[in-house]
Amino acid sequence: MSVNAISEYKAEPKDRVENFHGMQLLYIYWPHHLMFCSPFAVMVAPDMTFGDFLEQVLKPAVASHPDSARADFLKAEWKLNDEPFTPDVSATMKDSGIDHKSMLTVTTPGLDGISGSGS
Amino acid sequence: MAVKNKKLNLKDKYQYLTRDMAWEPTYQKKKDIFPDEDFEGIKITDWSQWEDPFRLTMDAYWKYQAEKEKKLYAIFDAFAQNNGHQNISDARYVNALKLFLTGVSPLEYAAFQGYARVGRQFSGAGARVACQMQAIDELRHSQTQQHAMSHYNKHFNGLHDASHMHDRVWFLSVPKSFFDDARSAGPFEFLTAISFSFEYVLTNLLFVPFMSGAAYNGDMATVTFGFSAQSDEARHMTLGLEVIKFILEQHEDNVPIVQRWIDKWFWRGFRLLSLVGMMMDYMLPNKVMSWAEAWEVYYEQNGGALFKDLERYGIRPPKYQDVANDAKNHVSHQAWSTFYQYSQATNFHTWMPEEDEMKWLSEKYPETFDKYYRDRFEHWDKEQKAGRRFYNNTLPQLCQVCQIPTIFTEKDDPSMLSHRQIQHEGERYHFCSDGCCDIFKNEPEKYIQAWLPVHQIYQGNCEGADVETVVSKYYHIKLGEDNLEYLGSPDHQRWLEIKGLKPRASKPGSEQDAA
Repeated sequence: MSVNAISEYKAEPKDRVENFHGMQLLYIYWPHHLMFCSPFAVMVAPDMTFGDFLEQVLKPAVASHPDSARADFLKAEWKLNDEPFTPDVSATMKDSGIDHKSMLTVTTPGLDGISGSGS
Repeated sequence: MAVKNKKLNLKDKYQYLTRDMAWEPTYQKKKDIFPDEDFEGIKITDWSQWEDPFRLTMDAYWKYQAEKEKKLYAIFDAFAQNNGHQNISDARYVNALKLFLTGVSPLEYAAFQGYARVGRQFSGAGARVACQMQAIDELRHSQTQQHAMSHYNKHFNGLHDASHMHDRVWFLSVPKSFFDDARSAGPFEFLTAISFSFEYVLTNLLFVPFMSGAAYNGDMATVTFGFSAQSDEARHMTLGLEVIKFILEQHEDNVPIVQRWIDKWFWRGFRLLSLVGMMMDYMLPNKVMSWAEAWEVYYEQNGGALFKDLERYGIRPPKYQDVANDAKNHVSHQAWSTFYQYSQATNFHTWMPEEDEMKWLSEKYPETFDKYYRDRFEHWDKEQKAGRRFYNNTLPQLCQVCQIPTIFTEKDDPSMLSHRQIQHEGERYHFCSDGCCDIFKNEPEKYIQAWLPVHQIYQGNCEGADVETVVSKYYHIKLGEDNLEYLGSPDHQRWLEIKGLKPRASKPGSEQDAA
C-alpha cells in the first residue's frame, strides 16, 4: 500500500549507505543476553575483516557481560539477516555478504545470561 | 440607561453561537473551501447528523476556563512560596516530572497545532467548533504544565530546556514522531488517532497514573494541574467517541478505513505508553498501582467494553491487542532496563529499585519479574556496589516506526526479541514487532524518511561523534549533573541537604538515604 495524500507523495530514505561517509551500519544481536536491551547498532568499514570486527567491535561491546569471557564467538552459531552464516575471519564485511543495515545474530550455546535468566 | 437585552436560553444561545456561525457558500464551491475533507476516502453524507459532544459556547468556555486558571495559579503561587518541592516523597520522584515535561508537555502543544489545523478542514460547523475548543485546551495544558513544573526547575537538574530536548534527544523522538505522524495525516485520521485512539481509549493510562502518582508523592502543583485539566479531558474523550461513531454511521465504506487507523493508532499509542509504564513501576517512590493493573482496568476492561459497543458498526478490537495484553507484564521492566543502561544520554537519573521495591515488583508481576528480570537487576546492583555501575557503551538499534530501541520480546518466548526485518526498494528496515512492521508496510513512504536519532548521530548530524559531545552540545544535557545514576547525583545530595541528612560517604552504592 502507499500513503493517501493530497498530492503526489515522494520521500527519500534517510539512511542510505551514501549518507554514512564510506561506512555502513551493522546490527548485532546476542540472544539470551538481554542485559543488553536491544541489538547493538555499530558503524563498520565495508573492508574491515570479520576477525577485526570480532576483536575491535563485538568483544568491547559485550565486555561488561559476565558471560563474555567464556563466549567463543568463532565456535558460535551465526545468522546473517536470519539466514545461516559461516564467518571467515579473513574475509571483509563486503566479501562476507554483510551489507548496509544487515543484522548478525550470534548464539552461544550453553551461555544463557546472568544466572541462566536470559539476561 | 442601556436597555437590558432579553437573555437567550442556553439552547438558542448554543445554536446562534455555533451552527449559525456557519453558512452555505454561494460565491465559492464548498470543495474549494474545504479541499482536504475527502482525500482520505471517508464519505460524509450529512454533517447535520453530527451530535455536538459538548454544548459549550466560546463565551462560556472563556469564562469557565478563566475561573479555573485563576484558582490554579493561586495554588502554584502558594506551592512556590511554601517550598512545596520539599514535601514530596523523595527527589527520585522529580525524574518522572522531567520525563513528563520533555515528553508530554510538548505533545500538548503539538495537539494544539493539530486541532487548530484540522478544525479548518471540516465543512461541518459542529466539528470545527469542537476542534477549535480542544485546540485552545491543549495550548492551555502545555502552558499550565510548564508553569506547574517550573518551580522544580529552580531546585533540580534536567528541567531547563524541555522543548529543545524534545526536538533532539534520542528517546524523545518516540513521542515526537508519534505526533508528527498524526499531524501529517489527513483530518479524519488525525481525529481517529488523537481524539479516539489516544484520548478516548488510552488517555486514562497517561493521566490517571501521572496525577495519582503526583498525589501519592506529595506534588500538589501537578495534582492541581490534573484536577484543572480533568473537565477538559472529559470533553476530549466525549469528542473522541462522537468522532468515531459519526464517521462509522455516515457510510459503510468508512469502516475498513477506520479499522486500519484504529489498528495503527492503538499500536502506536501502546508503544508510546511504555514510557508511562516504567514511570509507574520504577520512578514513583510511592507506588499507585502497577502498570499491569492499570492496563487491566483501563484497557482490558474499559477498552473491552468499548469495542463490544463498536461491534455493531463492524469494528473489531485492534489487531495485536493480544500481544499488548500479554506485554503488560514485561514492558515496564524492559523500558527501565533500557533507560538504566543508557542513562548517560537522558535528562533524568535512573537507579536500581530498593529491596522493598524489588519485593513489590515480584508481587505485582508473579509470572515475569523473578523469572526474567530480577537476576539482571540484582547483578546491576552488585556491579554498582563494587564501583562498576553499568552503562551500555554502544548505541541501540531503533525501530523504524515507533523509534524505540528494539527491546521488546516475543509474546510466546520472552527470552527472545520480537525483532522483524524487511526490505523495501533495496533498503533494509528493522522493527520492534509485527505491529510496527505492518504500519510501515501500509505507508512505507512515510517511514523511510524517519529521523532515527542513532543513525543521525552516525551520519554526523548531531554536532559530534561521541556520546559526550552529542549529549552536551546537541541535546543541552549536562553530563553527570542532569543524568547518570541517581545515587550520589547533585539532585540526591541536594535532597539530603533539604531533609537535613548527612550526604553519604561518596562510596558508590553504599546505604540508600532513608528519606
